[in-house]
Amino acid sequence: MKLYPLPKTLLLSACMALMAGPTTSAHAQDRRMETLVVANETGPNMLDIHGVGANRPSYGVAWLVYDRLMTYGKKKMPDGTSSYDYTKLEPELAVSWEVAKDGMSVVFKLRTDAKFHDGTPVTAKDVKWSYDRALAMGGFPTFQMKAGSLEKPEQFEAIDDQTFKVTFLRKDKMSLPNMAVPVASIYNSTLAKKHATASDPWAATWLKNNTAGGGAYKVASYKPGQEIVYERYDEWKSGPLPKLRRIIQREVPSAGNRRALLSKGDIDITFEMPPKDFAEMAQEKSNVKVASTPIENSMWYVGMLSNKPPFDNPKVRQAVAHVLPYDKIMANALYGRAVPLFGAKKPVSGTEWPTATAYATDVAKARALMAEAGQSAGFATTISFDLGQGTVSEPMAVLIQEALAQINIKTTINKVPGSNWRAALLKKDMPLIINRFGGWLNYPEYFFFWTYHGQNAVFNTMSYQNPEMDKLIESARFEPDSKKYAQMVKGFIDIAYTNVPRIPVAQPMMDVAMRRNVQGYTYWFHLQPDYRQMYKQ
Amino acid sequence: MLATILKRLLGAVPNLIGVVIVTFLLTRALPGDPAAFFAGPAGTAEAVEQIRVKLGLDKPLFEQFFLYVRDLAHGDWGNSLATGQPVLTELTTRLPASLELTLVGLVVAVVVAIPLGILAATRPGSWIDHLCRAVATAGVSLPTFFTGLLLAYVFYFLLGWAPSPLGRLDPYLTSPPHVTGFYLIDSLLARDLEVFVSAAKQLLLPALTLALFVLAPLARMTRAAMLGVLSADYIRTARAAGLSGSTVLFTYAFRNALLPVMTTLGMVFSFLLGSNVLVEKVFAWPGIGSFAIEALVASDYAPVQGFVLTMALLYVFLNLAIDIAYGIVDPRMRLHA
Repeated sequence: MKLYPLPKTLLLSACMALMAGPTTSAHAQDRRMETLVVANETGPNMLDIHGVGANRPSYGVAWLVYDRLMTYGKKKMPDGTSSYDYTKLEPELAVSWEVAKDGMSVVFKLRTDAKFHDGTPVTAKDVKWSYDRALAMGGFPTFQMKAGSLEKPEQFEAIDDQTFKVTFLRKDKMSLPNMAVPVASIYNSTLAKKHATASDPWAATWLKNNTAGGGAYKVASYKPGQEIVYERYDEWKSGPLPKLRRIIQREVPSAGNRRALLSKGDIDITFEMPPKDFAEMAQEKSNVKVASTPIENSMWYVGMLSNKPPFDNPKVRQAVAHVLPYDKIMANALYGRAVPLFGAKKPVSGTEWPTATAYATDVAKARALMAEAGQSAGFATTISFDLGQGTVSEPMAVLIQEALAQINIKTTINKVPGSNWRAALLKKDMPLIINRFGGWLNYPEYFFFWTYHGQNAVFNTMSYQNPEMDKLIESARFEPDSKKYAQMVKGFIDIAYTNVPRIPVAQPMMDVAMRRNVQGYTYWFHLQPDYRQMYKQ
Repeated sequence: MLATILKRLLGAVPNLIGVVIVTFLLTRALPGDPAAFFAGPAGTAEAVEQIRVKLGLDKPLFEQFFLYVRDLAHGDWGNSLATGQPVLTELTTRLPASLELTLVGLVVAVVVAIPLGILAATRPGSWIDHLCRAVATAGVSLPTFFTGLLLAYVFYFLLGWAPSPLGRLDPYLTSPPHVTGFYLIDSLLARDLEVFVSAAKQLLLPALTLALFVLAPLARMTRAAMLGVLSADYIRTARAAGLSGSTVLFTYAFRNALLPVMTTLGMVFSFLLGSNVLVEKVFAWPGIGSFAIEALVASDYAPVQGFVLTMALLYVFLNLAIDIAYGIVDPRMRLHA
């Protein structure tokens, strides 16, 4: 290797510059106003949301770099924050759509002026290719498509360049909304096909590190495990042009450092912090603000394996539900950064979900229930939790252990490393667990389908079986009549709360901490901020 | 000399084969199921099976091993599932980051520790000896993540002297074109002074953290070795012969004391490279340590195997380099063919 001679002056000035403080010019100031610096614990592990093992931050890539046919509207929350509105679908790549009179198909009209980043016009063929791809890639994208009854490639048809038709297999109210989730992103099929091979017809390898999108941002640089830098795509037509020109997303594993960086103004926004930090930052009167939104369709819960003794007895489960130290958990594990899901004064009424149970800490009642179940002497068991969520789960486990001792249930705590947790859940042999689950599509029957239905999905961590409940869940999904639907929802919530195979504890919050001059944050179901709508003041 | 080096390298081959076999078996013996981990949030048992087949994890163990060795022979180290990248690319981009940090840290440590050790040895019981002992004790007893956090808190958060602990460069700058992977060198090659300064500033605190940690063994070893040598007969002879104090100290004493110091240096270097995970975490440094830990947490086999293999290779070269350096310092230790 040839080394260039290094002038002494260069070294000297380098030393001088090292000693001098940072200098900021007016130009740099401008650049900073149009740049958003984000720091998080983990960044995207690939740029393709359809890829095997795509992580949550990669949903954020799909959201910015790719467009969908439709997107969701926005609504103001009672506390003044902004949230997406799952009841409202708005145009993105499609200018309009029309559902057939029999409700069995929908026809989309695409934007005529939309182009991908490389200048290729967006056509219905790209939409068809992208949807076919989501079905063909297997794993998560395929399952997500199925959640909206989008199961076969024959359902998708490109009528002409600007017209795209989807035929439904059955009337499913989730079909349309499911076409606005990140998995339903539209890929540049011409570009992607160039990189496809016989063994890799969907260009999965190439798209891991490259993008073929037409969204509001292009990926300027991507270093997995370090940073991703987005640059605005100035020709974007599917929405108002974003105000931020550049978004730099760095990975900073230490939460304490992220907090320091934010309060010093070196980064503009961060999330994924322990609740304690958010609680403190929200109270401090400083130049940092915290936006908190309860995460839809999500909860912290205590699950009990209900097909094996001792928790196969509903009385034992109710006893546990009566002895949990709810208030202490709220204060010392969640630091108040959650919505309580216990102690409801009134019984379940509407279809609102998640809704609070009537359970509250009442040791006398719990003891009586244990006696009725013939378990006054108690038993020994283990509490398991995911170490990956240890900041909340660990104090919760200790508090629960202490509380259960009052009704003679002796417990040992079993900490499961993050990598084993999913495998441990699949085995379904942990008697008592602390866990968190959330469903993307905000419908109670969707949540129950994953968590209580007798199909026994991974997230039915209690192995709960109840044919009556299964019937209610299945029929609610396809019930067009809102009154009957409400009755069904109330029905399965009632069963779930009376038999308590899982005890809801609290609904977690999505907390995002940002500098006061950062505006336009909106809560999204995929939990990634939508930088297209954000700006700095 | 060349023949000796070749012989040494050949001798390392059985070790490397052993490393390949053992890491393969050990990663497979780890608890945790990568298929379940990567099936994603909505992973049903069916989805997990699909992924297991896709990853080739449904095949018998010896077949997996055969495929792994075959790929390895073709220079394919496999893919990291967590970052979605080829392991070799990951390692070649991350290793320079770790090496740069470790080397700078080590240079700082040597520059401080060796004079300190010599001074302490020549003036035993003096204040400088006590200082040496105090620094060494403090450096060893403070865990690196703690010193790292403390330094970041004081020099970045409170005083604002150090730049933000955001990795190798200020986020507003772009990295220099890749030549060596060492930002300090690459930025100079590209004649980009702004990047050089930023890279040097970002290095300050993490390198200091590492230096504080390895200061102790180096300073203590220098002191002990110097004390031993200084009481030797040939030093007394040299003094009696009327050689000047500095000639005695550096030409006769220090050169002889250097051997144990170099051994320590080699050990400390390899130890640092593999174990500065915590420093990397604290300063968001994209090194191989944090890469390996993340892979381990995700039961991501290929990067763990790649990491262990890289470290094994590094150890082989490092030992060789140290043995050669021994020969330069002490002719008696020259490698025999």
